[in-house]
Amino acid sequence: MPTINIDGVDLTVPTGTTVIQAAEMAGIYIPRYCYHPGLRIAGSCRMCLVEVEKLPGLQIACNTLVQDGMKVITNSERVRQARRGMLEFLLSNHPLDCPVCDQSGECDLQNYYMEFGRYRSRYFDNKTKRKKAFPIGPHVMLDQERCILCTRCVRFTEDVSKTHELGVFRRGHQSVIDLYPGRVLDNPYSGNVIDICPVGALTESDFRFQCRVWYLKEQHSICAGCARGCNISVHFNTDRRYKAQGRRVMRIKPRFHPEVNRWWLCDFGRFGHRYMDENRIEFFAEQKDGIRVDISCDEALGRVAQLLRGTLEEYGPSAVGIIVSPRLSNEELWVCRKLFVKGLGLHQTAAFDPWERPGFEDDFLLKADRNPNRRAVELTGFTADARELLEKAAEGRIRLLYIVHQDFAAPEAAELLQKAPAVIYQGTNWTRTAQQADLILAGAVHAEEEGTFTNFEGRVQRFFRCFAPIEESRDDLEIFRDLGQSLGVTVPESAATALKDWIGIDPDEIGEHGVLLSELSQVEA
Amino acid sequence: MPIVKLVSEFFGVEEARRLDWRLRHGGYEGARHALRDMTPEEVTEEVVRSNLRGLGGAGFPTGRKWMFVPKETTQPKYLAVNCDEAEPGTFKDRYIVEWDPHRLLEGIIICSYAVGIHQAYIYIRGEYVRPYHRLKRALEEAYAAGIFGGKVLGSDFSLEVHIHRGAGAYICGEETALLESLEGKKGWPRLKPPFPAVKGLFGCPTVINNVETLSHLPKIILNGGSWFSDLGVERNGGARLFALSGHVNRPGIYELPLGTPLRELIEEHGGGVWRGKRLKGVVPGGTSSGVLCADEIDVPLTFEALAEKGSMLGSGAVVVMDEDTCMVRALHNVEDFFAHESCGQCTPCREGTNWAYRILSRIVSGNGVPEDLDTLEHLASNMRGTSICALCEGARMPLQSFLTKFRDEFEYYIKNRRSMVSGRTPTTVST
Repeated sequence: MPTINIDGVDLTVPTGTTVIQAAEMAGIYIPRYCYHPGLRIAGSCRMCLVEVEKLPGLQIACNTLVQDGMKVITNSERVRQARRGMLEFLLSNHPLDCPVCDQSGECDLQNYYMEFGRYRSRYFDNKTKRKKAFPIGPHVMLDQERCILCTRCVRFTEDVSKTHELGVFRRGHQSVIDLYPGRVLDNPYSGNVIDICPVGALTESDFRFQCRVWYLKEQHSICAGCARGCNISVHFNTDRRYKAQGRRVMRIKPRFHPEVNRWWLCDFGRFGHRYMDENRIEFFAEQKDGIRVDISCDEALGRVAQLLRGTLEEYGPSAVGIIVSPRLSNEELWVCRKLFVKGLGLHQTAAFDPWERPGFEDDFLLKADRNPNRRAVELTGFTADARELLEKAAEGRIRLLYIVHQDFAAPEAAELLQKAPAVIYQGTNWTRTAQQADLILAGAVHAEEEGTFTNFEGRVQRFFRCFAPIEESRDDLEIFRDLGQSLGVTVPESAATALKDWIGIDPDEIGEHGVLLSELSQVEA
Repeated sequence: MPIVKLVSEFFGVEEARRLDWRLRHGGYEGARHALRDMTPEEVTEEVVRSNLRGLGGAGFPTGRKWMFVPKETTQPKYLAVNCDEAEPGTFKDRYIVEWDPHRLLEGIIICSYAVGIHQAYIYIRGEYVRPYHRLKRALEEAYAAGIFGGKVLGSDFSLEVHIHRGAGAYICGEETALLESLEGKKGWPRLKPPFPAVKGLFGCPTVINNVETLSHLPKIILNGGSWFSDLGVERNGGARLFALSGHVNRPGIYELPLGTPLRELIEEHGGGVWRGKRLKGVVPGGTSSGVLCADEIDVPLTFEALAEKGSMLGSGAVVVMDEDTCMVRALHNVEDFFAHESCGQCTPCREGTNWAYRILSRIVSGNGVPEDLDTLEHLASNMRGTSICALCEGARMPLQSFLTKFRDEFEYYIKNRRSMVSGRTPTTVST
């Protein structure tokens, strides 16, 4: 374990650590373009040059291994001068079209220039012309003039996604990053090249020109796209509803987790956020013969309580079917359990869509199970799939179906549901299933709630509320709480109490990287 | 000092590239001696003793380079022969391969035997068409005679030699870019460490030597290392080929002991500056070395002495410029080359060479401004020691030395919008 001194700070680091990593451990940030902790070292941007004692020239911090007794200086005038020189070089052929560039505000050229730049250009000659703003895949736009040739995207497609779409072509100042002939940047992880691009060369087709990044707010969340549970940040804006078709969620960015997703996120998770703002169930409603009437939340919940009580009295507990969804949070599932199974004594429960086809799975991030919370569904005792319940409902043996957030896309399910005597639907979007219900309860998407998901390996991870539920829709836990009150069943009122009740820990104890269920003692079914 | 005949022994002898003739004239004797009578360690020791240095340009001691290759390794080891001679002004390797290819092949055997290599690749410049065909013919003859293959010269040592043609990039002469190119990739220099001696071609330990360096080996083995080192001066063993070109009466290849004064090369061997003109400047080691003024040519041709002058011995390509040479346009030409040949991988080289070229183009076309010279100097200092490989240094050194030593010419050109020497401004300048 070598000991190193960086800018006067002594620290001991593992053998094989590079200077740039060691500096980060000491809390010193060394500017970089080509270096990315998740990629192979390129050492080509020359931005991370530092002084190493006893060596004559400046060394690149990203490729210099720490040696015992090494003394590194990262903030001397000589280092600053080198950085200023490198920035001037990089900007000499840069178009400086920041006013129309999507990266503005989160661009490393801008950021470092604020710190090291010259502020007076000496470059009067023509700049190299390259191709501007053209799509290289379904999600990514490339602007070769803004590119500083750090090759992060090339290395990503070579080493991480292993799809080899991008390469560097031509030579010298005419070098460009482009697609290999006949290829398209169309792999399940293509969006990551946008994150790792330090400048505005690679931008998101979806997010382009929708919102300036300084209008965005950020909240930590967990991706609900599959059982992996990738850590994400939701970037949203609630103040400018007249922009971007009124969307609140503007984009999703991955958040580093050392074991779950590292720095990466798949395109399904990244670009699959439109459902949070589009086609939403905004009001509680009643549907009869294809006519929908909006009603108040209180009225709707009153009707639900009445229906439940009436069916239980007339037909008994086996006549009520509860279908929950593996898209619900741990807390919601646990409250469902408390309310319907333990409180009302119902036993006709199910959680899974039997017609759901497994998605594409690989050995990187994507899991075939496209539900974020299957583990918790099983642990809370909702083990059955919904086929039997739907069949019973179609035969009239189940008089009332209460479907929570489940969407049956299959036509077989729609046929069965058509024959069901009464259907209550609590959910977020006008799916086929929602359209077939008699009573609609407007629930919230996971960005509107707080809670936890349990991923495929049993890791409980926290997500936070980004914004209030849309229009009159409500947090699902509130709906269950009110329903419980009118039915005389006490259920945990908040996500925190629900989690405490379920696995005996407080949400604040979960920590940044989640907690594995196997490390906990109390898990009650 | 007199001209010597080591690797240039058979230059101009048509028969020398035929194997049978060459075998009658000492061909493969050195390799035979090494394989039969010496251990690999003894061969390396002789080479260390000879003070032979890398003659491709960097001047790294050859024996020491070999010793960096790990002895105990399960990986195969490779030899890459650098015949991508592309430094403007240099044409020495071309002579060796064209006139005496068997000397190179013999050197390859000796080096491979010393390091324990069984696969050697000759990376030859794509534009070298005739040298390639002659080398190929020589290799085929040697294979047919059983010199290469499973039993090299009848010994138990096996060695396969392959010839690979480049596609015309100057950067592929940089040793790690050469390896990338050999592997079939874009010729981009690699980061060091790891050094090729540890992790080179296909990730295995690799020795990379220049053609001329290897061609010296047969005589070093036959005559002993100290014989070779005594030919030269301290730490600069033996002799080397100097490719003299430019405004001299007798341009050509001259093999001279290291330490010969530059003045002797130009005035005695080269017959002095042509047309009775006066000398203005000399580029002593290929275009990437700094320029020397007329009063600086009493320097001995050794690696150290030229480094002291802010230049370098490099590949031994001496370019002579007479008093009628416009130094602004000369530098413009040099920077054009480097801007065109920069691989584009790292920032200072990709942007710096091109920026310098653009400023110089503007000056040459008569549109320079006085601040340009400061910008150029500042540019040069920002390019210093910040790049991955030596190409950037090669572009910086002439830039800085031309600007310092001939600043008056640049100032005149900018002020009067025409050349101080010819009094003219070119009508078209490409940028």
